[in-house]
Amino acid sequence: MNNIEKKQINNLIEISKQLRIDVVNIIHGAKSGHIGGSLGLADIFTALYFHVLNHNSNDPNWADRDRFVVSNGHVAPIYYTALAHSGYFPVSELSSLRKLRSRLQGHPNSLELPGVEISTGSLGQGLGVACGMALIAQKDKEDHLVYCSIGDGETQEGSIWEAAMFAGHRELSNLIAFTDRNYIQIDGNTEEINKLEPLAEKWKAFNWNVLSANGNDMEEILNAFEKAKKENSKPTMIIFNTKLGFPVSFMDGVSKWHGTAPNDKEAKSAIKEIEEYYLKLNL
Amino acid sequence: MKYIQENIFNNPKMLPTRDGFGKALVKLGEINEKIIVLTTDVAGSVRANWFAEKFPKRFFDLGIAEQNMISVATGISLENKIPFATTFGVFITGRVWDQIRVLVSYSQTNVKLVATHTGVTVGEDGATHQILEDIALMRVLPNMTVIVPSDFNETKKAIFAAADFKGPIYIRLGRQKAPLITTDDAPFEIGKSQKLRDGNDVTIVACGVLVYEALLAAEKLNKLGISARVLNMHTIKPLDVDSLLEAAKTTGAIVTAEEHQIAGGLGSAVAEVLSQQNPVPIEMIGINDEFGISGTSDQLLTYYGLRSDNIVGSVKKVLKRKR
Repeated sequence: MNNIEKKQINNLIEISKQLRIDVVNIIHGAKSGHIGGSLGLADIFTALYFHVLNHNSNDPNWADRDRFVVSNGHVAPIYYTALAHSGYFPVSELSSLRKLRSRLQGHPNSLELPGVEISTGSLGQGLGVACGMALIAQKDKEDHLVYCSIGDGETQEGSIWEAAMFAGHRELSNLIAFTDRNYIQIDGNTEEINKLEPLAEKWKAFNWNVLSANGNDMEEILNAFEKAKKENSKPTMIIFNTKLGFPVSFMDGVSKWHGTAPNDKEAKSAIKEIEEYYLKLNL
Repeated sequence: MKYIQENIFNNPKMLPTRDGFGKALVKLGEINEKIIVLTTDVAGSVRANWFAEKFPKRFFDLGIAEQNMISVATGISLENKIPFATTFGVFITGRVWDQIRVLVSYSQTNVKLVATHTGVTVGEDGATHQILEDIALMRVLPNMTVIVPSDFNETKKAIFAAADFKGPIYIRLGRQKAPLITTDDAPFEIGKSQKLRDGNDVTIVACGVLVYEALLAAEKLNKLGISARVLNMHTIKPLDVDSLLEAAKTTGAIVTAEEHQIAGGLGSAVAEVLSQQNPVPIEMIGINDEFGISGTSDQLLTYYGLRSDNIVGSVKKVLKRKR
């Protein structure tokens, strides 16, 4: 790494551990929710909220903030956990996930929860919203960047490609999107259901700058975002290779864990595996 | 002050509502830097090209990608701008209903949706392009305001009002030339209907193109000794409940008239209120559960029974049911 020290990376990894444990606990408490993508994205969301994004939880609408649109709104548990630990609302509120009158709706609601730019949950809509934000920043020569998270299954939505074509055509180099490439959607493997490959080539063909990195490796994640920030003529798509439910072994590659809550026993063993994984990293 | 143009029955001035939209956008562009206009490969048809020529940096043609237009408009609205997203009625309602539902209505973003080419008066293009379900699709959405201007002048006022209004709004316009009914002086307020003609025996509640037919019908009824009130219900949502209840109380019978499916449109909205609060007899003029066909605007208004004579017929029917 150029300007980030090992100590900082280790610090981020420590944070990702807490986010993962919270994700398991709140989904277990809610008895429903999308655990696989939330765990798999924990490293990326940690990197964004605790290093990459220029943001201020005391002033969520700060005009110069980087925007972050979570198009795959079903990963709300990791989104909420990252927001809470960044100070957007009390960490104690996380346990209200999916409960009656909670601000933590099953899918994010921008009217209710500070830090959420736009309500999402119906797949394929957020990338276009990010395009609209990036378009205005480009037009008004604003310096902030617009980030957008999409799921790999979500990429099957036609509206993603409408937005992709638009961003490429408008040369929205201030737009950095990333794909959670875990190959798993509700009904099984993306390549068996409606194949996405060659995915990188598709984005390249739509005039995007395309990067790929291991989305469960903090150093690779930070490097990829650094590289994306330097792009000055095209929007960037980072294809982050991740594992569903990472680092919980019994969730890896099992589509049931896209959207099933763990029972008592499963939650316990998931947390045990998470703790063992971080212990082995020997930070 | 006069609210109705002179000579509207003999020799009305004919202007399309979409022209009023185009003119209003240019004016708005001059006075408000925040106005952004988006369309999908129909800039000339929706009259957004007039804005585009004057303010090229605030105009974006997204190509044939309507879903993306709603998403992009949402992103623009979040940046404290006022986006007007505009295309044909079929493409800005049914085609993108889920985008509108989540990003605009649920999220209460400040997106202005303007549909041109609505109803059977689209004409020759036929059923695929003659949206007859848009009022229903939009008024069922929470937080949505739905406006159907009756003419060119009212359209201009509705567009100005929409720019000042904070929140989601849908405005339904037409393609064809339509009689100019209202004057520049006629007031326009979102949610407040206009009593274009007073009467005691029956009230005709109309919107859009059918307001002119309603006025013609009232004139014909007058000659038959029937005194008909005409309400221009330009705002379908929120509905002007006070004026409606007052009309029901005073005249005791209602005829609704719209260029839209009877199911879910203005007639339904009126019936939802009156059936619960003052159930007077109602007859409804509109499209009766069918699709449009090709033809000229004039032919189709007659073919689908959307003329003043049809309204007169419905008035006679409703008066027989009146207690």
